[in-house]
Amino acid sequence: MRHFLTLEDEPRERLEGLLDQADEFLGVLDRPIPKVPALRGKTVAMLFFEPSTRTRMSFDRAAKALSADTMSFSPSGSSLSKGESLKDTTLTILAMGPHAFVVRHRSTGAPWQIAEWSGIPTLNAGDGAHQHPTQGLLDALTLRQRFGALDGLRITLVGDIRHSRVARSDIAAFTTLGAQVTLVAPRTLLPPTVEDWPVAVSGDLDPILPDTDAVYLLRIQEERGGGEDFPSISEYVARFGLTAARADTLPDHGVVMHPGPMNRGVEIEPSVADGPRSLVTTQVRNGVAVRMAVLFDLLGGT
Amino acid sequence: METLVLKGGLVIGPGGPVAADVAIEGDVIAAVGPDLTGERVIDCDGAWVGPGFVDVHVHLREPGQEWKEDIGTGSAAAAAGGFTAIVAMPNTEPATDSGHVARHVLERGKAIGLVDVLVAGAISMGRGGKKLAHLDDLWHIGVRMFTDDGDTVADAGLLRRAMEYVGERGGVIAQHAEDPGLARGGHMHEGSVSARLGMAGLPSVAEEAIVARDLRLVRLTGCRYHVQHVSTRGTVDLVRQAKDAGLPVTAEVAPHHLAFDHSLVLEMDSVAKMYPPLRTPEDVEAVAAALADGTIDFVATDHAPHSANEKEVPFEEAPRGVIGLETSAAVLNSVVGLDPVAFFHRMSVAPSAFIGARDHGAWPVVGGPANLVAFHPDRRWTVRPPFTSRSANTPWLGHDLAGRVVVTVYRGRPTHVAPEEAP
Repeated sequence: MRHFLTLEDEPRERLEGLLDQADEFLGVLDRPIPKVPALRGKTVAMLFFEPSTRTRMSFDRAAKALSADTMSFSPSGSSLSKGESLKDTTLTILAMGPHAFVVRHRSTGAPWQIAEWSGIPTLNAGDGAHQHPTQGLLDALTLRQRFGALDGLRITLVGDIRHSRVARSDIAAFTTLGAQVTLVAPRTLLPPTVEDWPVAVSGDLDPILPDTDAVYLLRIQEERGGGEDFPSISEYVARFGLTAARADTLPDHGVVMHPGPMNRGVEIEPSVADGPRSLVTTQVRNGVAVRMAVLFDLLGGT
Repeated sequence: METLVLKGGLVIGPGGPVAADVAIEGDVIAAVGPDLTGERVIDCDGAWVGPGFVDVHVHLREPGQEWKEDIGTGSAAAAAGGFTAIVAMPNTEPATDSGHVARHVLERGKAIGLVDVLVAGAISMGRGGKKLAHLDDLWHIGVRMFTDDGDTVADAGLLRRAMEYVGERGGVIAQHAEDPGLARGGHMHEGSVSARLGMAGLPSVAEEAIVARDLRLVRLTGCRYHVQHVSTRGTVDLVRQAKDAGLPVTAEVAPHHLAFDHSLVLEMDSVAKMYPPLRTPEDVEAVAAALADGTIDFVATDHAPHSANEKEVPFEEAPRGVIGLETSAAVLNSVVGLDPVAFFHRMSVAPSAFIGARDHGAWPVVGGPANLVAFHPDRRWTVRPPFTSRSANTPWLGHDLAGRVVVTVYRGRPTHVAPEEAP
């Protein structure tokens, strides 16, 4: 059974194949009728145990653009609040006959468990602070569109790496595709043993920006404990916030990315978020195409 | 009087194994020698016959969580694992912080009669870490070991008072060492695997900082102190230094910490979740070496049953702990491979001396107590359900282990006979 759970250890050829497929689907999305019958008759069940708007809608849009049907689940008011175990919830929804699960869960590993219990193709839409593989792919696609390739590209990720599944998937995708990744954060927002990762690490943003092709800002996630890890938002902004002045020190071709939702005025100044270097809306658009590619990869031709 | 004969085994004494039969009459060993006969004979060919195992760290879950285990199923699981005495941990509901809860456990254990069930008392009321438990009340019904196991006594002032109060009578304070601030929110060992998985970790220093602090209190108070489930190389070093300095310190290790490291968590199965967590391969090596050289005194299972539905949830939401009674001896034999004298020392003689269990931990001699186990070190088996325990949360599921309990004899009576030897 094939699943799409993590970008760790994915070979370069597979990532490139998915990006090529996503490029094709971008063409579909530009058509007057942006829909193909590739997954007609398939049903995709969205199990979003953690609240999500953008990722759930993006997957929904992707499935429907491939003519699949979707079923959706949200945790509030569901059997989960009545104490049902994850396994029981999985098997109950499985009995309704979906062909694939798209899973988001606040706990690491939940999509793996669902994949094992259900035995149907399972896509990870974000587990804990572990992986968010379609985000990694869409970010890679966005950079490939802009720069042609990621080989040798200097990418700087700034902020809460420790609690970020986006960072873990991005680092896997970017390094596999040949980019040079630098992490910038205070030690408290870096994972333990980060010195063993295939990245450079710094606590100082300013000297790095002039040598950065793409700066990627991570959300300060107070809901994941990020708020305990530095003294105050204002101190964080002073040291790591991408102000207009800092953005001006990027090379002329330098771009700015963010996975959203943005904390405007914290990790990114509004004028930068809305400015010409920002690829934020391109990322969102690419997300639909990437998710189409992954769904098609798992369910097409089955 | 009916005579029970354990036939053809290697009787283990301090001098090593001797091929001999063991005849048991009543609750004592009647004869040790060749060609003994009796009304009931159990084939122990090639098995080590030694003192029944003793486990000073068992969660029997009664009272309060009987859907996981109770004193009956826990006693039976202990017998199946070769144990003749176990110590029930006080994290029951209500906590064993006063005599009447301890009395319930003791009386139930006696009524079931498969092993001697001893009781550890809580250090603090409700294991809340604020106020001393009813230590005298517990003492008077025989409790000698005090711990808030599952939680750490973080308040050094409270711990000092407990050490002074218990220490003057020769009682022992046992600590589940985990600094709550350093460990806060953690689900697994903090290291390369937690970093990869994005899970909050319990760093080794959370254990070591508490042990280091506590050892200064031992020096101050002179109280006997026991480190529960040592999991890090640094803790091993601290225990070794304390022993070298002559402090009254003992330590235990859980079987899973002798065998598995934190990479097991990558399998995304909550049977890899326990506190202290599975650590690095270097830590596994260090605790195994420390058990072999005696720095760590003995094995204790931290048998922690949880029902299947409680474990069928994501790792971070799962309760902590694994069962161990039925696999402990085989794990020790499979992964550390001690000679039989050291093996029985770590499984029976040392923990029995630690807890002061009468009639346990005695090398088999004529006239001695018939609390015995015949353990075949070379017989292999696959760990699979059903278990005698009410729960099945074990990381050993599907694994092959070497070493099989052939028969357990408690007060002269077989309490477990391996299915292949049963009539």
